[in-house]
Amino acid sequence: MGILSQPVGVIAAWLRGLFLGWGLSEGLTTVLLYLIGALVVATVAQVWVIFLIWFERKIIGRFQSRLGPNRVGPYGLLQPFADVIKIITKEVIIPDGADRPVYLLGPIIMDAGVLAIWAVLPLIPMMGMDLNVAALYTIAVGAFATLGILMSGWASNNKFALVSAFRTVAQMVSYEVPTVLSLLIPVLLAGTMSLEGIVKAQHVWFVVLAPLAFLIYLVSSIAEIGRTPFDLLEAESEIVAGFHIEYSGMVFAIFYVGDFLHAYTIGVLSAVLFLGGWRGPGAEAFPLLGFVYLWIKAFAVYFVVVWARGTLPRVRIDQMMNFSWKFLTPLALILLVVAVVVDQFVGGWGVWGRALGHLAANVVVGWLTLLYLNHYDKVRASRRRMVAQPGQYPVARPPVVETSTEAAS
Amino acid sequence: MTAMQIIFLITAIVSLFAAFRVVTTPNMVHAALWLIVTLFGVAILYALLSASFLAVAQVVVYIGAIAILMMFVVMLTRREMRDRGPQTGRQWPWAALISLLTFGGLAWMLEAVGLPNAPAGAVPESSIADLGRALVSPNGFVIPFEVASVLLLAALIGAVYIAWTRRNA
Amino acid sequence: MIPLNWYLMLAAALFALGLFGVLSRKNAVAILMGVELMLNAVNVNLLAFWRYRAPTEPTGTVFAVIVFAVAAAEVAVGLALFIAVYRRFNSVVADDIDLLKW
Repeated sequence: MGILSQPVGVIAAWLRGLFLGWGLSEGLTTVLLYLIGALVVATVAQVWVIFLIWFERKIIGRFQSRLGPNRVGPYGLLQPFADVIKIITKEVIIPDGADRPVYLLGPIIMDAGVLAIWAVLPLIPMMGMDLNVAALYTIAVGAFATLGILMSGWASNNKFALVSAFRTVAQMVSYEVPTVLSLLIPVLLAGTMSLEGIVKAQHVWFVVLAPLAFLIYLVSSIAEIGRTPFDLLEAESEIVAGFHIEYSGMVFAIFYVGDFLHAYTIGVLSAVLFLGGWRGPGAEAFPLLGFVYLWIKAFAVYFVVVWARGTLPRVRIDQMMNFSWKFLTPLALILLVVAVVVDQFVGGWGVWGRALGHLAANVVVGWLTLLYLNHYDKVRASRRRMVAQPGQYPVARPPVVETSTEAAS
Repeated sequence: MTAMQIIFLITAIVSLFAAFRVVTTPNMVHAALWLIVTLFGVAILYALLSASFLAVAQVVVYIGAIAILMMFVVMLTRREMRDRGPQTGRQWPWAALISLLTFGGLAWMLEAVGLPNAPAGAVPESSIADLGRALVSPNGFVIPFEVASVLLLAALIGAVYIAWTRRNA
Repeated sequence: MIPLNWYLMLAAALFALGLFGVLSRKNAVAILMGVELMLNAVNVNLLAFWRYRAPTEPTGTVFAVIVFAVAAAEVAVGLALFIAVYRRFNSVVADDIDLLKW
């Protein structure tokens, strides 16, 4: 049992020996080890956010033809540290009429909900809690992020924050449905809800077997964490800053950290569920290499999330609801049924045969979806009498006015 | 007093206190938040009973959907309730009496019946898979399962119909 | 180990508190919260009996799952009703909602 093949095991055994040497009891040592593990994971995850903030600002800057942070340290790498110092020296303001305990608990619950996901992530082989319902657990604790936002939106005693809380509930309850349904497909393919088991079952990455489910999972996760293009809960032009309008100083920083960490956690989860987790050449022998693979995959997904943020405009609230209930949810249901039926036929065709069978089914479903969308678009365009000019929003025209544009369209 | 018992007692005290606050606090949003604490305590009890799937499902269904929707409705309907003074009706002493009698009767009955002190054997490793199979097997619970599905569908349609805003009404 | 009695006592107390909420509260949403407490108490009982009597049979967990479904359906319809009532009466106080037809 070398440090390279089982890093966590070696360190845990060393600590256990140390504590037992101090004369602590067996049970207390176990509890202490769990606490230390939780502390290390939570701290590393939150400190990692400092780098994520720099990365995101730099990338978004490039998307917008700017340089991004470039003054503090080489390539602006120390900019987040300067921001942290600024933010912790600010006063924490509690508005008049705010519900003090709820107001202060909101950000903590939101951040805790995100960190709780990290308890079950299989970061490297043979590490982390191998919970047998881990996939569902990640959804369950995600509810606490919603709860935290709802609490702070209500407790701020501010109408913009309250509107933001309402939007949060509508958005997150809606997008939880496609998230869970698309999450069920890797669970179905692996035959287990344990994340460790799902990673082990991916001899072929599940993104090959279920590309559409991966897309649905990614999109609805972005909506669940409330990032652009689904950032209606903090739409600056409509409700100023949304639920964190009244927050300042350290309590605001907790929201900020929670938001970035949630985005990265979605990256890690997507990598674990669809991109093979820590799988890669040599990962079985050297778990640290598996950690590097997982980190690269998670970073790739995170880059896509940032890319969407830098590219897409914000959707309207009706578009947001329609997209979930009229498109993502039915498609996810169809995909689930198709995956069940197809797996009955191709389950015995070996690893690659099964993968190709599922891929073919996905291609067919995707093609039919596109056909249907095309048809739906035509029907709707003829029914609603909307005129879309290049460079303009489609505007519903009053029925009386007849202009020459109609003949053109 | 084992570690499990300590966890149970802490959970029980916290959830009962929270449940007490749910039914007594005048602030409805606080009541919803205390309800979430109670529901979370019940989820911990499920975990102590080694029903891990139900513990997680409790958090998803009750906290993630039911409690949050309740908070939502409380916020939507809050204007009236803020100025209404006491939140309990005139009949609250009778309600307290009936509740106490119910609890007393149940507790007396539980004391009178001899109950086991330790669980009967371990939960099998495949308990979640067994649950899934039992729900859809013709020899198991497929009819209650289908009835529950129809009930949910009816509730879905009913909720949409009731809450529908008629534009020109 | 935890005696079965503890779980049942806790469930009884939870049930009694829920009953008190249902009987004494004026706000309809609070009444629904009381009903939720009672349903949870029932579920604790079901799962406790499942664990202490027949952990190898899935019966107890199936019952609990169906209680979940019923609770979700009840809340969905109940809350939709309260929203509809609030639109009409501008109130969710159970005493005010005393018309059979409007």
